[in-house]
Amino acid sequence: MSGRQTSPPHRALTALNRFGYGAQAQAPVSLKQIAADPRGFLLQDIARPGAALLARADLPSTADRMAAFFNYREMVRAAREKRSFDIENNRVVEPQTAKPSSGMTPPMQPTPENSNGAGVPNEALRAYREEVSARLHQAAATPAGFAERLVAFWSNHFCISASRAQPVRIMAGAYEREVIRPHVLGRFSDMLRAATQHPAMIFYLDNHISIGPNSRAGRNRGRGLNENLAREILELHTLGVNGGYTQADVSALARMITGWTMVGRQGRLGVPGEFAFNANAHEPGAQTLFGKAYPDTGVSQGERALDDLARHPSTARFIATKFARHFIADEPPPALVAKLADVFRKSDGDLRALTLALIDSDEAWNTPLSKIRSPWEYLVATARVFAIGEQQTRGFWGMLYQLGQPVWTPPGPNGFPDTNSHWASAKGMKTRLDLAVFFARRNAPRFEPRALLENFAGEAASAETRRAIAGVESREQGLAIALMSPEFQRR
Amino acid sequence: MTQIVLPRNPLAAPSRRQLMLAGGAIFGWSLLPKIASAAGARDPRFITIVLRGALDGLAAVPPVGDPAFASLRSTLEPDSALLPLDGFFSLHPAMKNTQRLFRKKEMLIAHASATPYRSRSHFDGQDVLESGHARAGYTQSGWLNRAIGLMPASSQRASARGLAIGATAPLVIRGPAPVAGWAPSRLPGADEDVLRRVLDLYTHRDPQLGKALALGADIDAMARGGGAGERVQAGNARAFMPQIARSTAKLMSAPDGPRIAALAFDGWDTHAQETARLAVLLGGLDDAIAEFETGLATAWRETVIVIITEFGRTVAVNGTAGTDHGTATAAFLAGGAVAGGRVIADWPGLHSAALFEGRDLAPTLDLRSLLSGSMQDHLGLSRQALSQTVFPGLQTLKPAAGLIRT
Repeated sequence: MSGRQTSPPHRALTALNRFGYGAQAQAPVSLKQIAADPRGFLLQDIARPGAALLARADLPSTADRMAAFFNYREMVRAAREKRSFDIENNRVVEPQTAKPSSGMTPPMQPTPENSNGAGVPNEALRAYREEVSARLHQAAATPAGFAERLVAFWSNHFCISASRAQPVRIMAGAYEREVIRPHVLGRFSDMLRAATQHPAMIFYLDNHISIGPNSRAGRNRGRGLNENLAREILELHTLGVNGGYTQADVSALARMITGWTMVGRQGRLGVPGEFAFNANAHEPGAQTLFGKAYPDTGVSQGERALDDLARHPSTARFIATKFARHFIADEPPPALVAKLADVFRKSDGDLRALTLALIDSDEAWNTPLSKIRSPWEYLVATARVFAIGEQQTRGFWGMLYQLGQPVWTPPGPNGFPDTNSHWASAKGMKTRLDLAVFFARRNAPRFEPRALLENFAGEAASAETRRAIAGVESREQGLAIALMSPEFQRR
Repeated sequence: MTQIVLPRNPLAAPSRRQLMLAGGAIFGWSLLPKIASAAGARDPRFITIVLRGALDGLAAVPPVGDPAFASLRSTLEPDSALLPLDGFFSLHPAMKNTQRLFRKKEMLIAHASATPYRSRSHFDGQDVLESGHARAGYTQSGWLNRAIGLMPASSQRASARGLAIGATAPLVIRGPAPVAGWAPSRLPGADEDVLRRVLDLYTHRDPQLGKALALGADIDAMARGGGAGERVQAGNARAFMPQIARSTAKLMSAPDGPRIAALAFDGWDTHAQETARLAVLLGGLDDAIAEFETGLATAWRETVIVIITEFGRTVAVNGTAGTDHGTATAAFLAGGAVAGGRVIADWPGLHSAALFEGRDLAPTLDLRSLLSGSMQDHLGLSRQALSQTVFPGLQTLKPAAGLIRT
């Protein structure tokens, strides 16, 4: 827990920091205006039509991304075959292709994934960076940022991992745009279905190779069930690990979603790269989940099971806890969790109702701001407070690797942890400091430290932070300290 | 109206070659056409080093001949013996190259000097120091950039004359005249000073973050080869300054390379543990000067380096073995073109009646007269141009004469 706040936090700052991404350098709305109606400020953000959608409309669909991927794979294969053999020196000669330049990114390199041995620029990595950039730009540009925070929360809840395989990497951005964004203020069950039926999730958790043992494909090839996706649906997406499911439930669900797959390059089942139900791989027969029987109705068998999982009482509790933990505190106030679970249940998983219940609660405005900004939140807040444009944020995707939160690349299907103990790590804090210095140097000509502090913390800036900033010997140092101050690091 | 002034000697520009990259990243320069000129002509180099944080001139160049000095600063005495200069002034023991150059008459020190700024804010003080104006609030351009703008352009050079070192150009060289930029491609990471300040803040406001950061910094220091104890010293500065100097010298040695450079070094705000910190910082600065000497090689004869800071520090020692913000301080002119071997000072004395506002060394020399004097004689800028454009409002001051070898 930070600080010694005994009075409730400043309401405008709560709106901006707890529920948004912090102050902007050139904010259209002043702190004073927000303070007049902080709840209204947030409501306005999510009331806009298409509030959580990506404004940028030219990014490719999942199918188009996969088409590009298939094409890329062909290019790599062709390039490899072009390699000639130098008889005199008894070696393979690589074709000459230009290496992509590294530009002016800071010296923090991501996990290398661009080697395909053939000198072809990695299309999956390029697409990934493009999508990260678009996400970052929207988060930096939006005035309130509440809708974007919701997107980040749900995207982590239904996470995939770009490092699993190149197809997942190339689809990751499209996944968030198509599965998460349209539903963050919609219905949980819709998001659940969209996530489970998206090729990125299917591929990530191996469902494309899960074959019903008694299906035609299963009997022919002797291959079998893969329970990965089914287990994670129960453990991570709906009921939660203590939600009361058994191994039998896991297997039953797994059988029900056999045949849920992605169309391959040949396009035998539909448009390449899109979801398809492969009846040949689907386990025939009824399945029993939580004591209820689900007749084999093809794809809708699994869909009805998912709908019921969304309605399970444990799901309401599990979601409410995660939701409150993300926005309010690592140990969320029990009364708030109970209230949110109740709303979730009663509204049948209406996420807009859930969100409104959160910002209508007393806890939303009275709880001290104790959560440490995640690396993503830290970089977005930095981009906002320095008005860093799209050109200069191109290196951010690599910084997020260094900070331990590469976009759409969590360590496991349970997503990135949402606790202070995780983010306030030794290495993490030192890296934040190094980056703060980096940003401070870049932006020193345009910003004055005390003015910056005033902008993002206002009257809530502590005497100690003011003193630390007043005593510095250069603008750069003052800006770096401002970024590292508890007022900027916690929200 | 800007008055274009031709330098006394045209610049040599034998061939068109790219700037040597010296392992860093070059950005932002304009290629200009060039004309070959007479061989053997003068090709002056002018380097400005800004020390950010307010260098304690009394510690760098102790006035041992002043009867009041010893008792006032006895608790900040360095561990080793001071290096004698001229009987009245000595030099901090870490500045061995500076003493050597002083003896070679390639180092000149101006003491009890200051800009017109009389308040004690780092930001405003640096603005005045670098903008060349008489007061704070002018942040559009620096005096060095305006000087560059006065020098004959395009026809003489294949590349921009000015060079700014660092991720952002110091204000002194920012402005309308195009200036190339260079920064080391590997960031040194946060220096010890900012780390310490953040840890101090966390100690009071956020122990959880403080613990994590302290541990992270220790691990980092160990990874770089030091021990946990190294963290409290300005370890990075010792190696960083000469490295930057070496790279800058290399860039400025290129036949087509830049001729006017600006660098800035942080870390001089010694409110606490001044003795230990200055030992390291002055050692680093001293090594940097030597790197310029070596790196510029034959061009050293035509080089002037001005080393300046926004203001000095209190005469008295404070409660944390350091000093607080003051007024007058020391400035250095180094280079083969300098008429050195002396300390210029109209010494006001350190007895309490002589102190500025009862606490600081009183300023008796306007830094702008030192800077304009060196640029007039070394770069051939006219007095009128200097007082109208480079240092607006300097009409009443005389550029100091005799700073440059003839």
